Amino acid sequence: MNWVIQNLGFISSLLTDHIVFSLVPVVIGLVIAVPLGWLANRAGFGRAVVVNLAGLLYTVPSLALFVFLPVILGTGILDPVNVIVALSVYTVALLVRTVADALEAVPPLLVDAATAMGFKPFRRFVAAELPVSVPVILAGVRVAAVSSISLVTVGSVIGFGGLGQMFTDGFQRSITAEVVAGIVLVVALALIVDGILLLIGRALTPWDRAARAVAKGATA
Amino acid sequence: MIEFRGVSKRFPDGTIAVDDLDLVVDSGRITVFVGPSGCGKTTSLRMINRMIEPTGGTISVEGEDIMSRDAAELRRGIGYVIQQAGLFPHRTILDNVATVPLLLGWNKKQARERAAELMETVGLAPEMAKRYPAQLSGGQQQRVGVARALAADPPVLLMDEPFSAVDPIVRETLQDELLRLQSELGKTIVFVTHDIDEAIKLGDKVAVFRTGGHLAQYDEPGVLLSRPADDFVDSFVGRDRGYRGLGFLSSDGLPIGDLPVVAMGDRRPSDGWALVVDGERRPLGWAARGTGTVTEDSLVPGGSLYDAGAGSLRAALDAALSSPSGRGVAVDSDGRVLGSIGADDVLRGLADSRSADGAPEADATGRVG
Repeated sequence: MNWVIQNLGFISSLLTDHIVFSLVPVVIGLVIAVPLGWLANRAGFGRAVVVNLAGLLYTVPSLALFVFLPVILGTGILDPVNVIVALSVYTVALLVRTVADALEAVPPLLVDAATAMGFKPFRRFVAAELPVSVPVILAGVRVAAVSSISLVTVGSVIGFGGLGQMFTDGFQRSITAEVVAGIVLVVALALIVDGILLLIGRALTPWDRAARAVAKGATA
Repeated sequence: MIEFRGVSKRFPDGTIAVDDLDLVVDSGRITVFVGPSGCGKTTSLRMINRMIEPTGGTISVEGEDIMSRDAAELRRGIGYVIQQAGLFPHRTILDNVATVPLLLGWNKKQARERAAELMETVGLAPEMAKRYPAQLSGGQQQRVGVARALAADPPVLLMDEPFSAVDPIVRETLQDELLRLQSELGKTIVFVTHDIDEAIKLGDKVAVFRTGGHLAQYDEPGVLLSRPADDFVDSFVGRDRGYRGLGFLSSDGLPIGDLPVVAMGDRRPSDGWALVVDGERRPLGWAARGTGTVTEDSLVPGGSLYDAGAGSLRAALDAALSSPSGRGVAVDSDGRVLGSIGADDVLRGLADSRSADGAPEADATGRVG
């Protein structure tokens, strides 16, 4: 505990890094995954290709990605962009399938009614299909965010691991308090971010809870 | 006016849903497309707003070829109501109704004001405005669907089996509401159903489709019942068509006979039946022959009432048949007793209206209508 108090400045700068390195990729990944998921859902045959390719990306080991990305991107090996790009790739890999599945689950009757009222495809997507998919997509984003928070720590091997630095540093210098504090902070961050996403989801979908309440009442 | 000229729809797999359809839908009236499944009625409806594109022929709305306009713009000018309403689950009722005005570029305040007005028109309480579709019953959702279709005040309304997913009692209320709305709004409505009774109740004109996308008969419902064009229409129109056809014959000129009336507490009739009325001459029930006075306990419930001002021969006959005394009770529009009517009077009225129409003519197939 003494160690933590003595190193508060160090810890808080790592925490800030960790939040940036883990959550910026989730935002970037979501922005990329939505159009890809839409494309996958529209292209009957292409769907399997897009979804499986995206899934395949997730199987690339993170360490390998951190090492190869500088070569592909032409960035320096110690550039934080590498971490952000790598984790964005993972988020896309996780969310493309989620978005495609969510859009596929939109009731055809709703899409049909929207078309018949005079929505053109893009506006219909923004006004009807996407908002109705929010509960499912948000569940995927929660998984992606937690996974991203844990994956950042791997970045410590190239010097950009956020709180992960506390693991490597603590091991190397045999400071147990540092390792434990690192683990606790990563877990706490994951729980807090997950909780915040849950609240955002609730705020975005009051209709979903209304519908659930009705469904519950009907079966009770 | 909506005009189909030689319209066909052949799907890529070769099935012909609609085959060379010629039909004119009158402005300001309700036209019902009815037929068994696979007869092309829904396809025909959905071709009007280009949800399905015809493969042959032309469709025009108010003289304009529908293919000459952008599909989305065309649709914004045509109201559309479907089964289970197809509402946006994530939008409040008010915003659901405001959908098309917003699409047309109205500002939010105007669109919501219009939506609130429409909710009132279709009989939805203002407190529903902030609820979500899932919180409404099926019948209420269907009203929202109608309000949404009417929001931008389109001249044409397409209704695709809108009431088939609600229970029979709610369905009947919704049908009556639609007729009331139509009497105020006078839209050009095309209504698709597989239920011939619904078609006959709602339609100013009914188009009966046969499997394979052929139009079997296109007539007013009364004509459909009295003179079906062929065996298919005859069997589709179904049983009791003679009796149901009476619903389209006016009872004007039907003689109204005398009716002995008594008040509560009076002596019971010594012979036959007497109608028990209240101080306003409204019927309470019947008193049978007997001794003593008319009491609440001895009252025999009456049958249906026949409104002499607005009734049909069907209402008159039903009043006579359902009455315990065999004499139907004729009332005025305020429900006050005018007199009685007998089944034989109705049959004589029917014979008169037939002879007024002239002798039945044989049509081209030699069938006597």
